[in-house]
Parts: sequence; C-alpha cells; structure tokens
Amino acid sequence: MILSGADIVVRTLIEQGCEVVFGYPGGQIINVYDSLYKYQDELRHVLTAHEQGAAHAADGYARATGKPGVVFATSGPGATNLVTGIATAFLDSIPMIAITGNVMNAQIGTDSFQEIDITGITLPITKHNYFIGAIEQLADTIREAFRLAVSGRPGPVLIDIPKDIQQAKCDYEPQPPVTPDERFPAKDVRIEQAAECINKAERPFLYFGGGLLSSEAQDELLEMAERIDAPIGCSMMGLSGIPSGHPRFLGMQGMHGHYACSMAMHHADCIIALGVRFNDRVTGNRAKFAPNAKIVHIDVDGSELFKTVSATHGLRGDLRLTLQKLLPLLRQTRRPTWQDMVERFQTEEAGQRDLRDGLTPRNAMRALDAHLGENTPVVTDVGQHQMWAAQNLSFRRPRRFISSGGLGTMGFGLGAAIGAQMGTGEHTVLVIGDGGFGMCLNEMATAVSQRIPVVILVLNNGVLGMVRQWQTLFFDKHYSNTVLDRKTDFVRLAEAFGAKGEAVADLPGLDAAMGRAFAENGPYLIDCAISRDEFVLPMLPPGGSMDDIIVKVGD
Amino acid sequence: MNRYTVAVLVRNQFGVLNRVTSMFRRRQFNIDALTVSETESPDLSRITVLFDGEPSMKRQLVDQLYKLPDVCSIHELDAENTVSSELLLIKMENDPVTRSDIRAAAEAYEARTLDYTRDAIVMQITGESRRIDDFINLMRDYKILEICRTGVVSLERGSTTIRRDTRL
Ligand SMILES: Cc1ncc(C[n+]2csc(CCOP(=O)(O)OP(=O)(O)O)c2C)c(N)n1
Ligand SMILES: [Mg+2]
Repeated sequence: MILSGADIVVRTLIEQGCEVVFGYPGGQIINVYDSLYKYQDELRHVLTAHEQGAAHAADGYARATGKPGVVFATSGPGATNLVTGIATAFLDSIPMIAITGNVMNAQIGTDSFQEIDITGITLPITKHNYFIGAIEQLADTIREAFRLAVSGRPGPVLIDIPKDIQQAKCDYEPQPPVTPDERFPAKDVRIEQAAECINKAERPFLYFGGGLLSSEAQDELLEMAERIDAPIGCSMMGLSGIPSGHPRFLGMQGMHGHYACSMAMHHADCIIALGVRFNDRVTGNRAKFAPNAKIVHIDVDGSELFKTVSATHGLRGDLRLTLQKLLPLLRQTRRPTWQDMVERFQTEEAGQRDLRDGLTPRNAMRALDAHLGENTPVVTDVGQHQMWAAQNLSFRRPRRFISSGGLGTMGFGLGAAIGAQMGTGEHTVLVIGDGGFGMCLNEMATAVSQRIPVVILVLNNGVLGMVRQWQTLFFDKHYSNTVLDRKTDFVRLAEAFGAKGEAVADLPGLDAAMGRAFAENGPYLIDCAISRDEFVLPMLPPGGSMDDIIVKVGD
Repeated sequence: MNRYTVAVLVRNQFGVLNRVTSMFRRRQFNIDALTVSETESPDLSRITVLFDGEPSMKRQLVDQLYKLPDVCSIHELDAENTVSSELLLIKMENDPVTRSDIRAAAEAYEARTLDYTRDAIVMQITGESRRIDDFINLMRDYKILEICRTGVVSLERGSTTIRRDTRL
C-alpha cells in the first residue's frame, strides 16, 4: 500500500512490536505526529516535559523490559536535548531507537532554521545511526535499527528523517518483527582452555555485569557457581541479575562495593568475568587489581576482552551459549578453605555495618526494602543515595534495579522511572537526591498526567552529597558549591504539579509514609531528611587498591 | 612498537570514512597513514590503515573496527607477504644551478616528469614508502615547492583476497 513517510514510520514501529513512544513534537517531525494521531489506538505516545526526560523514559522502559525503548524528537534543540539520554543508554548498552526529524533534504547543509547535524553529534554515542536520504530506505532502515539495537551487545540507534521524506509517499508492506542476529558461543578451543584454567584454580570467583541480564544467563551462572563452589559478585550494572538473597552472592564490587565481595575478588586466583567491562570505578588502580588472579573473561563484544584488564583467557561469544558449553567441562569441587576465607570476609563486613538507630541512609533503605514487592522496579538517580540503594536493597527478579552506571547521569531518575513503570505495569520506586531531583523534576508533570504509580523517595541531605564526600575526604573540607542553599519545598512542589507528597523526619514516619505512597495510584513524593554528613562506605579511593579501602571515616 | 597494515572493506556509503576516522580519533589510535580506495565491487570501499603500536593496541583497533556495522571485513596484512605502494607528486623549483642534479636523481629513481616550466618541475614516483621517503630526502637539498603523496595501498601476494571474510 502507498503511505507517506510519516505513516511508514508509525506503521513500521507498530509492526516491530513497539507499544509506546516517548517524545516531544516540533516543526520538523510534525508529520510523524500527525500519523500518531491517525494511529493513536495502536501506538501510544507519551508527551514528556523535556526531550531528555523522554530519552531517559525510553531507556528506563528498555532496562525494565529488555525491549528497545523508542523516543521521538524534532530537529535542532529537540535532537540535541536527546544527547545525554542517548549517551546514558550507550554507556550501559541499552537498546533504544531515537527518531529525529530534520529539515528538508534540499536544505540540509545550509544552516537552515533548527537544522543540526544530529547524526554527526551522536556518532560516538550510538551503536549506529542513519540519515534517511530516500523514502525507499525508510521502513527497512527502521527494521535494521531494531535488529541492531538488540543484537550482540545492545545499544542505541538513531534515525534522522528529513521532513520531505516524511511527506513523500512510497509503497509499504508490513513485515514480521525482526529477529536479533543469531547468537554464537565462543570457540571450542577457547572454552577448553578456560575450563582448564578454572579447573586448576583454588579460589575461583564469579563476577558478572549487565551482560548477564541481556544474555539471560542467570541459570547457567548459578549452576556454574554450584559446580565449582565459587562465590559470586557483580558490578553495579549486574545488580538484580541474580536474587540478592542467594547464599553465594556477596553483592556488588567496585568503588563502593560490598567489602566481602571486593575482598573475595582481590584474593581470588581465578576471576571468571561474565558480561563486564572492568571499568575504572570497578578496578581502581589496575596495576594492583586482583594481583594473583588469572582472568577468564567472556563477553559478546570482543573489544572488551583485552581493553582495560588483560584477560588470561578472552572468550568472545554469547554468555549463555558459552556457559552451556563450558559447564560440562568443569570439575565438580568443594573448596572448604576458600569458603572459610570468604566467610571471614563476610564476618568482617558484618562488623563494619552501620548499626546506628534513627533515620540513617541504611535504615531508610531497609525501611524501603520492606515495602518492595518481588517485581518492584527500583530506579535511582546518581549520587550517594544511588550507592546506598545499590548496597542495601534486595532484588529478586532481573531488571528490577535501574540506574545509570557508565555515564552516571544525574537527572536520569524520574524519566527512567516513568519508562520502567510503563514497561512493567508495576508500582515503581525512585530513589533520588535533592540535587538530581532538581535536574528532572519537570517530569513530575508527565508522571501526573500519565498517572504513573511511582514512589519518589528524595533523600534530602541539602547537599550534592557525593561530591561533598570527596571534598571531605580529599579536598580538606573545602565545600565548594556543594551546599544546596535552596528553599525548595519538595512537598508543595509535588502538590503544585498535582501530585501528593509528604515530608518525613524519622524512621517510623518514613515507614508510614511509604505505606501511603504505595497505596496511591499515581506519583507520591516522600521528602526524607537525612544528615549531610553521611558517607558512602566502604570506599576505594579513585585509583586506589584494596590496601587503600576506607571502611570507616576517621581511619 | 610495531607497524601494522590493516585492510578494511567497508560498505560504500556516505559518511563511512568519517565513522572509521572518528573512532580512531576518540580512542586515540596512532594512525600513520590511511587511504580509501574503490574496489572490484561498487558496494565496497577499501580502507588501508597504517598503524604504529603495541600488539594489544592493534588488537583493540581491529576489535573496535569490527563493531562498526558498515565494516564488512578486516584483514591484517602480513608484512612479509604483502606488496605495498604509494604515489608521490613533487614540485621542485627549476633553478639552472640545481636543475641537472635534480634530473640525475630523478633518473636514478625513475621519476616521471609530469610538468616542466621555466620555474618549476613536477615529478611523479611510485613505490614503497621507504623509496618515496628516500627520494624526498634527496630533494631536500634543493628547493621543494610542494609535495603531495597518496598514502600506501597494499595487497597480499598470491591469489588470496581479503573478501573471504566479508560479511555483508
Ligand atoms: C549531570 C551530572 N552532573 C554532575 C554530576 C556529578 N555528580 C555526581 S554525584 C553528584 C551529587 C548528587 O547530589 P544529589 O542528587 O543531591 O545526591 P546525593 O549524592 O546527595 O545523594 C554530582 C554533582 C553527575 N554525575 N551528573
Ligand atoms: Mg543530596
């Protein structure tokens, strides 16, 4: 059938299984919005307050569902407003399709009104991007974008569509949703070498990241842990990959990782790294990182294998398929000495626990934890609160901890929470700082208009806590521009947006407020006052090693 | 530090060179020379990359190239088994005092004279980069007005082609 380019965009999205688009209209994408009007019964569009919020919402949707999130923006400022959102998705390997309008082909390159080279701008932060030069390419390019976004290592893809292409007409035939590229296991010889290395190890440690979630290799990971009797840790991006309560799970590794996890990794003689990329926030000083360990690194992206930490055995391949082939080659073993050692680390960790009463960050997180359902998505922003959430909350299902890892994007939270809620249909939680909330509170408008059931827990310390923590520890308490001397009343702000909210000042108050918040069928803000002098601990100072770990301030 | 020659077949599409060089720039690969050329197929262009670095950097470069969807095939050329060539155009001042020396050198290097005027001589030589470097060095004794060289292109000896790994 003959359709306009704009109709083809919408029809192809529907054809590819897209249910919701986040976005913001404008002159160069108005034709696509006209098609959205026509197909409104088949494709839902969520108007956000800002394109950045739309991009984070698409990202949150993708993180929670595993399906690509889709975002629309107009040319020029609309497109540039997507940039932080696209980069956030790129750094965490999240599938996303960003569609931007642009000026007519004939005007491209002439600096016309709201013309911007968005394919140029997003070149380093997309897996791939396209400029549509001819309408005949349109449908197939969108299909290819869907395939690319989810194949191999996922990531965002951008399609820039000039206005004349949206207006032109062309034949369109619906096609079935694309299938991701076939997955493949690592090469047999590599798997055999890795198995030999693991079988020789005395203190193996399993370490997984976000790749475990995209490959859905949870079962294989747990089976392997049983077989070789190894403890398990993860990067922040791996959180929720396996149930937090699993007896072998030591928690998160990294700058603010769990002590026992970091210690076990440090003392391991073989680290089996699954879908991770050994970011500097994880390794600290790479020269001193896991000094005695051989590293078996499995990732679908071969460029990660020898990039920052040189693996002893690098296996390029899909995690699940590779583990399935690796498992039968592994000797069933018990390792009482190693397990004793790990237990000792756990006891030491327990001894460092912050046992103060009152509304401490840890107690606030524990209070929240008690209200979490098995499926509750927990979204965070970036800062101290993010680390407290990552350290203290427990997750039972994959894709239920949603946080900006690689880019560490403040202002991610509210948009992402809206997307995660819409993707899952679950009452969602957002843990956010007062600083970061200031960067995305405009999306309260969206949460209200879309009646998004989300509990917004603002851990309000009156400061840019994470930066302030560094100033305390490394800059002689020179609190340069980290004290938020603001008079914002978050509760009245929520009310001004048409949402509910309340402030809490103690632990029982927080618990009760949480009860009311979860009962509300819409956004509910809890302004939770905490001390500005709290620290995220333990802390591996940037560029430091396990010898430099800070477990108590005053050390 | 080693020297590597990597031949890359890319989809012959608008902006592909930019994608490749942008990746080299942002990951700070130390590229010595880069040429783009047409190939036996209109759908493909060939990029020849000359690169100095440690083996780990070369590996990273290849792995990162592999991730670009427009890249169809990557092949590291084995120096022992490769023929390489580039082309130089050089414009010398035509001074009666140095003219005969220049011509003698040109003859020794089998340079072709493409243009000869009262004030200038334009010559062309082709060959391996070393040979071209040597010739330029010789010419430095006289007055060089302008130089333009293409960068190196390489093919493996024998009947092997890099298309065998092509994934289009
Ligand atoms: C967009 C952006 N700007 C700046 C930073 C640097 N940064 C990291 S954490 C942080 C402080 C966050 O403060 P707040 O949101 O109040 O959270 P808290 O640390 O107090 O829990 C800052 C400024 C960032 N990560 N992202
Ligand atoms: Mg704060």
